[in-house]
Amino acid sequence: MSNDTIFDEMLGHDQTVRGPYQQFDQWIADEDPKRLRAKQREAEELFRLTGITFNVYGRAEAEERLIPFDIIPRIISGAEWVRLSRGIEQRVRAINAFLHDIYHGQEIIKAGRIPQEMIAKNSAFEPCMIGLTPPGNIYTHIVGIDLVRTGPDQFYVLEDNARTPSGVSYMLENRETMLQMFPELFSKNRVQPVQQYPAQLLRSLQACAPSGLGRKPTVGVLTPGIFNSAYFEHAFLADEMGVELVEGHDLRVVDGRVAMRTTQGYQPIDVLYRRVDDEFLDPLNFNPESQLGVPGIMDVYRAGRITIANAPGTGIADDKAIYSYMPEIVEFYTGERPLLENVPTWRCAEPDSLAYVLDNLEELVVKEVHGSGGYGMLIGPTATKREIAAFRKKLKARPGNYIAQPTLSLSTVPIFARSGLAPRHVDLRPFVLVSPDGVQITPGGLTRVALKKGSLVVNSSQGGGTKDTWVLEA
Amino acid sequence: MLGKTANGLYWMYRYLERAENAARLIETGQRIALTRLGSSDEEWRSILQTGGMAEGYDAAHERLTKDAAINWMLRDKDNPASVMSDISAARQNARMVRAALTEEVWEALNGVYMRAQSLTQRKVSERDLPATLGAIRQGTALVRGATHGTMMRNDIYDFARIGTFLERADNTARILDVKYYVLLPSLSAVGSTVDNVQWETILSAVSGRGGFRMEYGPIADPRDISQFLILDKRMPRSLAFCTRKLRDNLGYLASSYGSRMPSMAKVGHLERTYLSHDIDAVFDFGLHEFIQKVLMLLADLGQQIEHDYRFYE
Repeated sequence: MSNDTIFDEMLGHDQTVRGPYQQFDQWIADEDPKRLRAKQREAEELFRLTGITFNVYGRAEAEERLIPFDIIPRIISGAEWVRLSRGIEQRVRAINAFLHDIYHGQEIIKAGRIPQEMIAKNSAFEPCMIGLTPPGNIYTHIVGIDLVRTGPDQFYVLEDNARTPSGVSYMLENRETMLQMFPELFSKNRVQPVQQYPAQLLRSLQACAPSGLGRKPTVGVLTPGIFNSAYFEHAFLADEMGVELVEGHDLRVVDGRVAMRTTQGYQPIDVLYRRVDDEFLDPLNFNPESQLGVPGIMDVYRAGRITIANAPGTGIADDKAIYSYMPEIVEFYTGERPLLENVPTWRCAEPDSLAYVLDNLEELVVKEVHGSGGYGMLIGPTATKREIAAFRKKLKARPGNYIAQPTLSLSTVPIFARSGLAPRHVDLRPFVLVSPDGVQITPGGLTRVALKKGSLVVNSSQGGGTKDTWVLEA
Repeated sequence: MLGKTANGLYWMYRYLERAENAARLIETGQRIALTRLGSSDEEWRSILQTGGMAEGYDAAHERLTKDAAINWMLRDKDNPASVMSDISAARQNARMVRAALTEEVWEALNGVYMRAQSLTQRKVSERDLPATLGAIRQGTALVRGATHGTMMRNDIYDFARIGTFLERADNTARILDVKYYVLLPSLSAVGSTVDNVQWETILSAVSGRGGFRMEYGPIADPRDISQFLILDKRMPRSLAFCTRKLRDNLGYLASSYGSRMPSMAKVGHLERTYLSHDIDAVFDFGLHEFIQKVLMLLADLGQQIEHDYRFYE
């Protein structure tokens, strides 16, 4: 991968400032680097004081860590955004249709577009959802679509997060921080706002409430608790929406409804935005060891008396093995060609693909089908011979556990490094809300940036940082 | 409001109050050590006892030294009652109930936590002790100020106040419990240096020296001190004052929830039966027995509140 094939979102391929960055470029040319450095420190101080931290698993000494924030915004033009959001909406509608189908008639399998065993043998498939239609027929109320860019017009979907996508609090807090530190930038650039997200989220969740309540639905956010890595976000969203942040032990089933223990007794909850994984949701129906869930909630759910967002079993749609079928899925349910491209993917379960992958490990990115957070993956071009050899063994032992993709030359955006502006690879996670009233996409999202020079791993658990993401007015 | 949230608020403010009390106690000890001739490390035992930290200290140390005592009370993680442990516990609870707090309160609390942590990263030298304790007390005062100035007067505020005053009453009662003997008229040789120091300890430990002087004059007398700490309704750390505040706040809860809970009756009983007479009645009852009784009633009240408002189940 040579440098000139990498697309920089500020400077393009040819070192001339691209349209969306014109104003910003003029501004930063006049800025004193010393002032910016001070601002960078100020930002960090703000994050620490606000407590925007995440907990790192398995690291006792660094219980709460900051995700590094870079003050250089990532800027997307209004026109680019319109194109992206069309593609995202199409994809999200297809995912919901797919989930309904998979848990009902399985037409897509009957039509031979997806092999039966992809579903039947998939641990993300949730048998207790078969034949169950969630309130409003919505499965994925909240979605995060991970996108990467390789050229001016070339975007790929890297991953669909249809279970419990996180990071939206960073989208909001990053913007707050930028507004506070560089108000002048926002008077020069017409940046589309993101602050409406919590209100939209609340309305969207309320619109998905069980029918026939006869009162305003009560929404709650279910968190695994204070030690969860995303606890800050759970508290933040509950706070911003003005709803209760509950844990499993605050809830129980009372009179056929899920109810929370308040200072005045048990009160029913109608919509639960859960940030707890499926298997911990209900110790009676799933993992009996779970302390995080609510015994019997699935029975209430089956009776149509609570909305669980996202629905259990949505993982079948963002499974990495299913991912490779997304183009077929989009076409099958929308009758349209996919507007957003998939990254070409080899399913190692298939012998031909496995042979190709084994021959080309040095060039490929290999991922665990069920992994997340950048753990358990191989990035061929940057891996050592030994790492590749070790991975080859794992791959041969359990090929069905892996998919492989070409190493994309991800676009870069400058960060404010010690030496000044320096290009670093980025991805983008826009956030999508789905309700019977429609699909809403917040103009912006979470830009994750690999802070290490040349690195392609943007995950916060692996030393990535974040940036404010601007979508300019069209 | 969730029962868990009420619980978190209550404990956040209890720990905050406790942190302040512990910090004040170290200041008191240090002041006595510096202002008395021939003072010895053993005097820190009395301070440790006042803070209820003597047993833990002895279990973890072979002998008593001033430095070790200060370290134990200020920053030792093995001491669950150290200032730093209290502040961490307050913050842990605040994280749990963060959505119930205003931004100002959260940032003030997180601010004092961050500051205290960096100031007590290593052992604090004698030279740095006043500034460190000062910063911590200033920080906790800021949380209190932000609470007062920015929080809605609703059930959230009521639970915060209930935690504050229950802890404060408990703290004052505990100081009296450890020191009651120096306030007994029969045993005190009025005016002796020993007693003066002991009385000074008691008054400083509740930030009451100035207030006492203002109301009772410069000469301390055990009867007046008892009156001041137990019954004086103007003294914000007296048992009578704290109990009245508890009654007020439980009353606000009762009226906003539209139901009187058993805790209301219990606080009324405590106030009417034990804190509405004069100090002679207290001495007739027996100062020690009186304090013991009040401590027991406070603990019982705490449990009743947890039960009434479904903190746990």
